[in-house]
Amino acid sequence: MKEQELTLGEELRRQGISRRSFLKFCAAVASSMAIPASMVPAMAESLAKARRQSVIWMSYQECTGCIESLTRSYTPTLESMLFNFISLDYQHALQAAAGRQAEDALHQAMEDNWGEYLVIADGSIPLKDDGVYSTVDGHTNLESIKEVAEGAAAIIAIGTCAAYGGVGAAKPNPTGAVGVDQIITDKPILNVPGCPPMPEVMTGVLTSYLAFGRLPDVDSKKRPLAFFGDTIHDRCYRRPYYDLGLYAKSFDDEGARKGWCLYELGCKGPITYNACATTKWNQGTSWPVQSGHGCIGCSEPNFWDKDSFYKPLSAGQWGSAEGIAIAAAAGVAAGAAAAVVSRKHQDNLAGGNKS
Amino acid sequence: MTLLDFARGPAMQFAIFIFVFGIVFRLVGVWAMRHKRDLSEPRQPSAWKGGIHGLIQHAWPYKPFRDKLMTDYVIGYVIHLGLLFVIFFYKPHILFFQDIFGFGWPALPNGVITAISIITIGALVIALVKRLTDPVRRLISNFDDYFTWFVTTLPFVTGLATAGNVWWHYETGLAIHLLSVWLLLIYFPFGKLMHAFWFGVSRYTTGSRFARRGGMA
Repeated sequence: MKEQELTLGEELRRQGISRRSFLKFCAAVASSMAIPASMVPAMAESLAKARRQSVIWMSYQECTGCIESLTRSYTPTLESMLFNFISLDYQHALQAAAGRQAEDALHQAMEDNWGEYLVIADGSIPLKDDGVYSTVDGHTNLESIKEVAEGAAAIIAIGTCAAYGGVGAAKPNPTGAVGVDQIITDKPILNVPGCPPMPEVMTGVLTSYLAFGRLPDVDSKKRPLAFFGDTIHDRCYRRPYYDLGLYAKSFDDEGARKGWCLYELGCKGPITYNACATTKWNQGTSWPVQSGHGCIGCSEPNFWDKDSFYKPLSAGQWGSAEGIAIAAAAGVAAGAAAAVVSRKHQDNLAGGNKS
Repeated sequence: MTLLDFARGPAMQFAIFIFVFGIVFRLVGVWAMRHKRDLSEPRQPSAWKGGIHGLIQHAWPYKPFRDKLMTDYVIGYVIHLGLLFVIFFYKPHILFFQDIFGFGWPALPNGVITAISIITIGALVIALVKRLTDPVRRLISNFDDYFTWFVTTLPFVTGLATAGNVWWHYETGLAIHLLSVWLLLIYFPFGKLMHAFWFGVSRYTTGSRFARRGGMA
């Protein structure tokens, strides 16, 4: 029997994985996605009946940081995902095949799983000049995403680039880069932004899709609510210091050492939705704010262009003082003109006797 | 461009442009008018002292009217001091000014600012109720009075809601708060909020003129 014909339950039993271990795995994933504990048995049952999901990972204008991040997942690990739950049929960085073999594998997977495979895309897609700025196997990214999207059951845009254009779309956006959902509009699309995105969010979303057969509930920016429902600020362990008005003024002052709020140092936590503050990175070791640096808002659209990472959120995008000088000069001119009119009116009222 | 980007960027620049233009326009427009000469004989040589006296004298109700006006004065002080503390001693606001002027100053704890905001909103509501329920005051009130109240109260309410994070999205709330402040700035020079500039001038002028004629401010 082919691997993909076995259910996940059968496959796990074949590998000698106990039901107890499987339930523990389901509980870990459910916990990370804020799914109630009562749902874990149902999730396990559903997951056990699922078949290995064909996943096609398309890399466009990207830095490979997203897949590097995914390899650091620990609940579940990428290995357990690959060996137990998904069939990663195409992925530049991880697959052994290269060149024609790799492209053949892609088209074979698409043909075998037409209408059922899951597309994961990372990297932005250039549109300018017919998308010539990024090509694979002689095809532009634009042609590629349209081709693979056609037979996909759903698309997951991994990383801020695939979700919103990311650094590729930062001003002046020389390649006309955009996110996947600006091109593909007739398929279910989930955005998992972040630069890079959190590994547990990626694997959690995949597991959820396998267990429930659909993409999870999303917010207005198509991000899974389970991970992007709260701001970093809401869940930050430094939040009490914000409420007390205690802020670090530099990265090495006494306030920084005491763990005070990093708002004054430009933290974008109040306007950033992500799970860093709760899930943390590297097996729950730490996260940027805990390491002493403010959140840079990497899971938000256009975060590169939202002024300096070190400028407080409440500071405006001031520009220059020229506008003020022009406004004042225009005010003087308009005021003087108004005064001339008023003086004439005063003269008329006074019957020509200037006082 | 998100609503917050718009509020922090173009909307802020436009509002400050109109604010500065409007203030200068009003000041120059009035000061460049012909000023009526006082042809009477000065009753005392130092009329300016009367001007200074006028500034101080009108900061508190005159004794015969104290029972009738004291509440209004207290409400006025609460509102104005509330504005002062919330605008200039809330840390995120200080950081806004610091970005423009290049220097900052100590902040009050957020909890204190929140309490001041609530008290100030309460005082603003009482002021509005008094205006609406007093027949004489209602008669002499016009759109300018009510809109001034509205643009003054709105930033307090939106700011409090933003600090308390009661919006569906913090960034949307912050953008709405900023836009409400820009509305205040845009309206400021053209309505009764301009009293922030005129009150000193008018009190001094009244005081000095009265003094010149031998009266008291």
